[in-house]
Amino acid sequence: MPASSQSKIRIGCGAGYAGDRWEPALECVERGDIGYLVYETLAERTIALGQLEKLRDPARGYNPMLEARLRLTLKPALARKIRIVSNMGAANPLAAGEAVLRVARELGIAKLKVAVVLGDDVTDLVRNTDAPLMENGEPLETIKPMMVSANAYLGADAVAAALATGADVVITGRVADPSLFVGCMLDGLRWRDDDYARLGQATVAGHLMECAGQVTGGYFADPGFKDVANLARLGFPICEMHADGAAFITKPEGSGGAVTLATCKEQLLYEVHDPVRYVTPDCVADFSGVKFSESAHDHVAFSGGRATPRTATYKVSVGYRAGYVGEGHMAYAGPGALNRARLAGDIVRERLALRNIKLDELRVDLIGHSSLHSDVSRSDNAEPYEIRLRVSGRAQNKWDAAAVGEEVQTLYTNGPYGGASDFMQVKEVVGVRSILLDRSLVKTEVRMLSL
Amino acid sequence: MKLREIAHCRAGDKGNTLNISVIAHDERDFRLLQDQVTVERVRGAYGALVKGKIDRYELPNIGALNFVLHDALAGGVTTSLSSDPHGKSFSAIMVAIDLPEPEVVYGRKINNE
Repeated sequence: MPASSQSKIRIGCGAGYAGDRWEPALECVERGDIGYLVYETLAERTIALGQLEKLRDPARGYNPMLEARLRLTLKPALARKIRIVSNMGAANPLAAGEAVLRVARELGIAKLKVAVVLGDDVTDLVRNTDAPLMENGEPLETIKPMMVSANAYLGADAVAAALATGADVVITGRVADPSLFVGCMLDGLRWRDDDYARLGQATVAGHLMECAGQVTGGYFADPGFKDVANLARLGFPICEMHADGAAFITKPEGSGGAVTLATCKEQLLYEVHDPVRYVTPDCVADFSGVKFSESAHDHVAFSGGRATPRTATYKVSVGYRAGYVGEGHMAYAGPGALNRARLAGDIVRERLALRNIKLDELRVDLIGHSSLHSDVSRSDNAEPYEIRLRVSGRAQNKWDAAAVGEEVQTLYTNGPYGGASDFMQVKEVVGVRSILLDRSLVKTEVRMLSL
Repeated sequence: MKLREIAHCRAGDKGNTLNISVIAHDERDFRLLQDQVTVERVRGAYGALVKGKIDRYELPNIGALNFVLHDALAGGVTTSLSSDPHGKSFSAIMVAIDLPEPEVVYGRKINNE
């Protein structure tokens, strides 16, 4: 328990998305000399999908890898007094908290305090609200009938309040990604949540850390231009933050990857729009004064993160049922592969129309030729040896969506010669839109569970 | 000269908006980026993939530009039919942009593969 403020803390990142790698977290715990381990696992629509799962089974709706991740790190973390903070609670933080206790019992742990942050789920509140959608300005009413979830991005204050209970593990639902880290800093360094000089630096730190391996050499390598050593053993980042705001990023000794000026600069601008207005629930951060310096190998210091006061609103992600997507693939190889794939695509289009299949959108892609960037970047007409036709369509009902894959599969005996390697699937689509909600309407709470 | 020789790029998504950073390998080449990597040139490279406006922000503190491409993700990450709904591969278009041969360049990388 952090009875007094410390002069510095070290935070490790154990995951940067729901399905992230396992072993780097253990490396941070065993060799990172950290006080906090943060698992960030929520993408834009993860909670909405979790909510659908919770509707089917009230005990689920949290990150399905929670138990396995904690089986690996909980015991060694407790032995080193490392506290674990995670948004793996997703749509069901309380059930996730119970799952942490179950793992602890299973591991023979006798004493454990888990703090669960509640209050991000604002579904009921949003049902009685109207607000323009941030993406297109249309009223929330347009998606309300299909709404499955609404979650506010809580801030570092909620995380710090949970840590202040002395909990060994903090489980949350939706919290802004950088705020998970900023919350640890507020706790360990006893910074006030309106100390904007500190919050600027803290938010830079949290933003650099939130995608785990993306600051240590992941999402970066370009052989011959940007080489990364030992990428297969990519280590996850550690941030050391001092009470006066001095800070650096590093990674466990001996791990793969690299922390360099270039990796840090790429991550600083990742998913950033206006760099002087990076809005989080904690502050409006300004990255225009940030400077990096490489103080040692795999050790990059940063300074100059600034911030102005937080806004009066929380951003809320609203998940809604957006129909079904059906998809089918068929591959062609050898002479004329491209023309056969094109012909096949035209046939599927025509057969879907013949069957009067109702699609909101239909898309035909030629993988290996123009599926990622359309035709915009092709300066040559060289024909690839293999082409994979991909047809996808969105429909209001499952039956119509399924027809897309069916009509690709029938190409085997009803299309051009040599179709191979078919694949088909149908998925329900959960869309996400955002609104702003007045902060005063959102009430957060910390619930304690313990052994 | 390809942009890739003097700068590196990363793509990030938010809804239907994409951002792509352009970061000089050597901060002294920031002026070159500022002069040559214009909104017009970027629009030309992305063509019909970007349906909305393009904003350019300057970060001399780290020798970088940040481009924000609006209406660029086929309707948005969660409902797009694209096989790359996040536009993760879109930074590859940026690094392939052709630039006029510069008179002075500090941080040029040549493929050593």
